[in-house]
Amino acid sequence: MTEIAAHSLDNSFRWPKEGVTRIPYRLYTDPDIYALEHERIFRGAVWNFLCLEIDIPNSGDFKTTFVGEIPVVVTRDANGDVHAMVNRCAHKGSLVCLQERGNREHLTCVYHSWSYDLDGQLNGVAFRNGIRGKGGMPKDFDPKKHRLEALRVQAYCGMVFGTFSNDTAPVPEFLGKAMDHHVRRNLGRPLKLLGFHSQVMKHNWKLYAENVRDSYHATLLHTFYTTFNVNRLDMDGGIALSDDGWHSISYAKRATLDESDEYANAKVHSAQYDSQLKGPEMLDAWPEFEDGITHSIQAVFPSLAIQLTLNSLAVRHFVPRGIDRTELFWMYLGYEDDTEEQTRMRTNQGNLTGAGGLVSLEDGCINEFVERGTRGSPVDAVEFLEMGGRDVAPSEGSRATETSIRGFWQGYRDVMGFA
Amino acid sequence: MAVNAAGIAEMDDALLRIRIENMFADYVHSIDDDQIEAWPEFFNDSGFYQIISREGYEAGHAIGVMHCDGKGMMMDRVKAMREANIFEPHRYCHVMERPRLHRNSTNAFSARTNFIVNRTMQNGDMETYGCGKYLDLIDVSNDVPRFQRRIVVLDSRRIDILLVYPL
Repeated sequence: MTEIAAHSLDNSFRWPKEGVTRIPYRLYTDPDIYALEHERIFRGAVWNFLCLEIDIPNSGDFKTTFVGEIPVVVTRDANGDVHAMVNRCAHKGSLVCLQERGNREHLTCVYHSWSYDLDGQLNGVAFRNGIRGKGGMPKDFDPKKHRLEALRVQAYCGMVFGTFSNDTAPVPEFLGKAMDHHVRRNLGRPLKLLGFHSQVMKHNWKLYAENVRDSYHATLLHTFYTTFNVNRLDMDGGIALSDDGWHSISYAKRATLDESDEYANAKVHSAQYDSQLKGPEMLDAWPEFEDGITHSIQAVFPSLAIQLTLNSLAVRHFVPRGIDRTELFWMYLGYEDDTEEQTRMRTNQGNLTGAGGLVSLEDGCINEFVERGTRGSPVDAVEFLEMGGRDVAPSEGSRATETSIRGFWQGYRDVMGFA
Repeated sequence: MAVNAAGIAEMDDALLRIRIENMFADYVHSIDDDQIEAWPEFFNDSGFYQIISREGYEAGHAIGVMHCDGKGMMMDRVKAMREANIFEPHRYCHVMERPRLHRNSTNAFSARTNFIVNRTMQNGDMETYGCGKYLDLIDVSNDVPRFQRRIVVLDSRRIDILLVYPL
């Protein structure tokens, strides 16, 4: 890491003494902090979501992605092994893969035709020996010293994760037992992609990391269900946290009433009954799991969330596009063995979230309102996060809490070294 | 009335084309003028409406960005936008090319129409919000043409901020 940058920043930046109940707005606007996040978080000891395994099903497939703002390419080699490298030629730094996806035997930079194997090893340099004995690389040029910078990768539950650190524990340990269990519940079966889009939001990436963990705002900002009088019986719920607080699940369960014979025998979830919806089939759903959880949004540090709300399964990946821009990628999924009817229900429920989501489209603008509202504030101005207490602890039975947001900041402070 | 090969009277193509083109213009003007309650009325009761990226459309994906299977879901969109959803005030301005129409049968046309839509925010920020093509199936069995299907294929898969008005 850049000791000089870190040093000068550490001298001027102090976390408020109240801890993770106070979040300095400066964290969203300070370019030195943004640069340090790339060193300590995105290049640090965390697992970053890279892509889905179904993005690269065949040997030779590649998919470009981003870790922070760092361009990365993920490949599958002839043996079926997955690799990830910084998508930056070892020669002059040009992007090697221009297309977002494709299939290649080698990755060749278009600028000077430096060519790499699918694991990132340099295997060819144009005119290495010159032309007609003139020019060319020095005699001691060693291709082994000029490969694409590699990330460690791990495929896990249909997703590919990457890290720049040798110290990151395997993904299940990084998540902890409870988080690992829930990811396996939702994604531990062959997946198929039902849809894909992104939305660009005009604020720092951490405001979305907060927002996706913010269970307090759900029924206050998002009023679709109450407007349509949708009878949600599934209001029991709470917040589960990993032991370190970095990752969390906000979940809702079917209430006791819903487990009576009347509901247990019904094939269709009761959510839309007696609603004022003119197209109530949008909420047609079926109970997929025995544990009674009907809605869950799982946030994985630093920039991933997995939703299974009713039957709407989606992976959300948010990527910084500069200090004040965030691109949120929505990958809507089903299982490979879904019936047509199940796909129809997941498709209709796709209306609830995403850039045009009836329930949650407000999230596209609300964080920008924070960004704009905090402009020109004093350097020590802070957010106030004491709903549900001042600690980072699971919350059984209530989602009127900011505990998982505090958990994110606890992880952030740990990784950034902000004592 | 012309009479086709099967002996069935057909309304003159030219007249129908004018009616369809007028309906297309009324559709975008009602959205641009914030007369959004009129939007579902351009569809048959069983009409289908979808906004999807070009990539998603070409890959045959089921899920785009907006998906209304039947007029009821469109009416719910309108009510949600008016009463539930929170967003910064903005207006669209659609600019369309002349539709390329194709007569499928006595009562059905298909059409492709390219469009650009500009978005103006309350503070005056203006930018191109989207461009792409309408791919339509139009029912002309009644005096007023109606969409049986309108698929809005966006060139970009990236939505700026959010999408609440239909396109």
